Amino acid sequence: MQDNIFDFSIVTQWIDTFLRTYIPDWGALLIEFVLIGLALLLLYALIALALIYGERKICAFFQCRLGPNRVGPLGLFQSIADMLKILIKELIDIKHTDKFLFNLAPYLVILSSMLAFGCMPFGKGLQVLDFNIGVFFIMAVSSIGVLGILLAGWSSNNKYTLIGAMRSGAQMISYELSIGLSMLAVVVYAGTMQTSQLVDQQVTNGWFIFTGHIPMFIAFVIYLIAGTAETNRGPFDLPEAESELTAGYHTEYSGIHFGFYYLAEYLNMFIVAGIASLLFLGGWAPLHIGGWEAFNNIMDYIPSIIWFFGKTAVMMFIIMWFKWTFPRLRIDQLLHLEWKYLVPIGFVNLLLVVLMTIFKIHF
Amino acid sequence: MANIQEKITTFLPEAVFEEGQYPTFTVPAEKLPALARMLHDDADLQFDNLAALVGNDWGDTLGVVYYLNSVKYNHWVILKAATADRENPILYSVSDVWANANFEEREVYDFFGIRFIGHPDMRRIFLRGDWAGYPLRKDYDTSRENNRVPTESEENNDKTISLSVNADGKIETKIIDIFDKDDYIINIGPQHPATHGVMHFRTALDGEIIKKIDVHCGYIHRGIEKLWEGMTYPQTLHMTDRLDYLSACQNRHALCMCIEEAMQVEVPQRAQYIRTMMDELMRINSHLLFFSTLAMDLGSVTALCYGFREREKVLDIFDETCGARMSLNYNTIGGVMADIHPNFQRRIKELIAIMPGALKEYHNLFSNNVIARNRMIGMGNLSLDDAIRYNMTGPSGRGSGWACDVRKRNPYAVYDKVEFDEVLYTEGDSYARYMVRMKEIEQSLHILEQLVDNIPEGDFAVKMKPIIKVPEGRYFKQVEASRGAFGIYLESRGEKNPYRLKVVSPGYSLVGAIDHLVKGSKIADLITIGASLDYVVPDIDR
Repeated sequence: MQDNIFDFSIVTQWIDTFLRTYIPDWGALLIEFVLIGLALLLLYALIALALIYGERKICAFFQCRLGPNRVGPLGLFQSIADMLKILIKELIDIKHTDKFLFNLAPYLVILSSMLAFGCMPFGKGLQVLDFNIGVFFIMAVSSIGVLGILLAGWSSNNKYTLIGAMRSGAQMISYELSIGLSMLAVVVYAGTMQTSQLVDQQVTNGWFIFTGHIPMFIAFVIYLIAGTAETNRGPFDLPEAESELTAGYHTEYSGIHFGFYYLAEYLNMFIVAGIASLLFLGGWAPLHIGGWEAFNNIMDYIPSIIWFFGKTAVMMFIIMWFKWTFPRLRIDQLLHLEWKYLVPIGFVNLLLVVLMTIFKIHF
Repeated sequence: MANIQEKITTFLPEAVFEEGQYPTFTVPAEKLPALARMLHDDADLQFDNLAALVGNDWGDTLGVVYYLNSVKYNHWVILKAATADRENPILYSVSDVWANANFEEREVYDFFGIRFIGHPDMRRIFLRGDWAGYPLRKDYDTSRENNRVPTESEENNDKTISLSVNADGKIETKIIDIFDKDDYIINIGPQHPATHGVMHFRTALDGEIIKKIDVHCGYIHRGIEKLWEGMTYPQTLHMTDRLDYLSACQNRHALCMCIEEAMQVEVPQRAQYIRTMMDELMRINSHLLFFSTLAMDLGSVTALCYGFREREKVLDIFDETCGARMSLNYNTIGGVMADIHPNFQRRIKELIAIMPGALKEYHNLFSNNVIARNRMIGMGNLSLDDAIRYNMTGPSGRGSGWACDVRKRNPYAVYDKVEFDEVLYTEGDSYARYMVRMKEIEQSLHILEQLVDNIPEGDFAVKMKPIIKVPEGRYFKQVEASRGAFGIYLESRGEKNPYRLKVVSPGYSLVGAIDHLVKGSKIADLITIGASLDYVVPDIDR
């Protein structure tokens, strides 16, 4: 059944052999590293631009507005213009700050999201980082981000940013627990942490959200809530609650340093949505319905990359929908939700998944 | 009325009675606190609400006029206290009897230099601490040299003074620190997205919990009351739209009514109807903006856009009839400036038709949302007693169950001809204040519905002379503005410009109570409570 899906590793293999026939191995590797790095950076920036445009348009439609429509057809060049503007903006040097940490913080945030971004299975054979502790790795690197936020709040020497950073620290560390628990549920169910194997299993057996029925669905919902909180997006945008803390931890940043936070926020949303589709919705696995051979074959002909981005886009739309519908929570309500509801439910759910896996009561 | 006079003269034989709009008593300064306490506590009088406290410079004396109102009996009394000492004027504070006197007396100190014994916090409130002179005194030096534009920012010294009388009758000054030494203080404002204007809260925090708030007003104070003293009566009208720009019509209505009543001008019925309808449109406009900004402050930006969508329809009506969307300049002495636009009635009917659906949408999107409810219910509890004590009129007071609607208590214009409900909630929390406003939109629509087809034919204004001389006397008039009872105090000496014209703005009392309301809640609650009070800064900084 899998044979119909186009395998992108054919392309990458071909480039690899092509390079190795002319250049020594180390040279070929070097060129490949540079190429992959460039490709990732480019993709990262392009996705961010597309997301910024998409969010502005979607938000506008939620709010009975039109959104950007002046720069280019349908306002398509708006985010490019914004990007150019932010690139040429001055980095304002603030007195009485911890210069080193202040300048380091945005890079930590962008670094963590870049590393997690590298683990995304974009399509069949289109994955940069894939090793046996993949999911664990994603968890580990994405928690570097909170360090950047805490440092930003602390080093700015501003009371607003400090409060924002403290909120952020409390929020992200708490919600990582729930994310971890729901990821663990998937890992237990699949028996592997390697991202490629997770996808392969879902290609052959069906998406986990279908095969793992109720417990997997609960894990999915918990993941979605905690993931939204993890990206500091509404209704969990307390660290940068603009009506309370003006802009929270990044109040003092300007120019491209602010741009990094902005970029990382959008990419983190993409990563959260991407992991959701990887863990629950089959990654790049096409939609298969048991017994419908013709339908399944047609689905297979849709390139895997479209499947992945399509699912991720749906997830991102849901996250945007949250943001543009709900008011903001208060810090104690936020922690209340996590520690009194999500964590206990997550634990019970994990137990259910373990039992389900042991007794094989799943599809 | 006889009863009031009898009680006061028995209690204080020195009190001098004079007739007026309300019974007026001139009281020796040192006897005032005792009399105030008696008037407040006496079961038959129950003057539990200080509706206005007006500082005044009568030439040889400086003094204060107190307008007292009883919530239960709805009777009024005016007290006057004065001091002849212009160098070092001292009166006695009534801030322990009526809490809103705290801010009002600070204003009097700021503008007249009268210091109040027993006041806990005798600082300037609007002007900078280093301001020379007291601007509303008649002998104030207005020259540029007296107060140069400062080039340096003012330091926060966080110290205040309080005056008291010791055992042997001497006045003692005590210096008080506003905050504790180790308090973590953040400045919320003057530039802050949630202060709805240029308002400055010095906030002492314990983690996320607020310990104390020190309000600094005056960033956009324009000295309108001082400017008024040099203007003719028709000129004074234009300033009212610049006070609370969301009650532009009602504010101007109050001033026009005050002057008309003093001049004994009969306003044509058509003008009365138009004024009433304009007031209600303004109220809808204001409450829609309230809904929008409250939702935005709570993080729901989409609700903001929904509120503005309908508000636009109201502004279109203003635009056609008045030629402006914000500063309408519509009421005038003796009527309104121009007749209504031919589309006026049709557009109001359109508004009445779409609003119920829109309100339902707001409730679905925001009012019934679990997060919004959790953020508002039980936040910023205001008891009925405190509402009266702090003179928190309008929807904020009605959220605590205080039936303080001037339209019902002392009807003006055509409010006695229409039927509508006074919306009352008894919870006293932010959600109650929010719901009062949402329900008031419905009531305003109901009023409009009754009036829209019944506007009588006739003149829209009486022709007035360009120079108006209001007969000598003291006049006070209240209307129900969008955020509470808006009072105009007018003292005339028969000239073509007012001797003293003061605005008693509802927002000032609301901000005066904010420390009381937010103590012990979180930063996020300050935003919620501030939004639910719905103060407008130009209304506070006149």
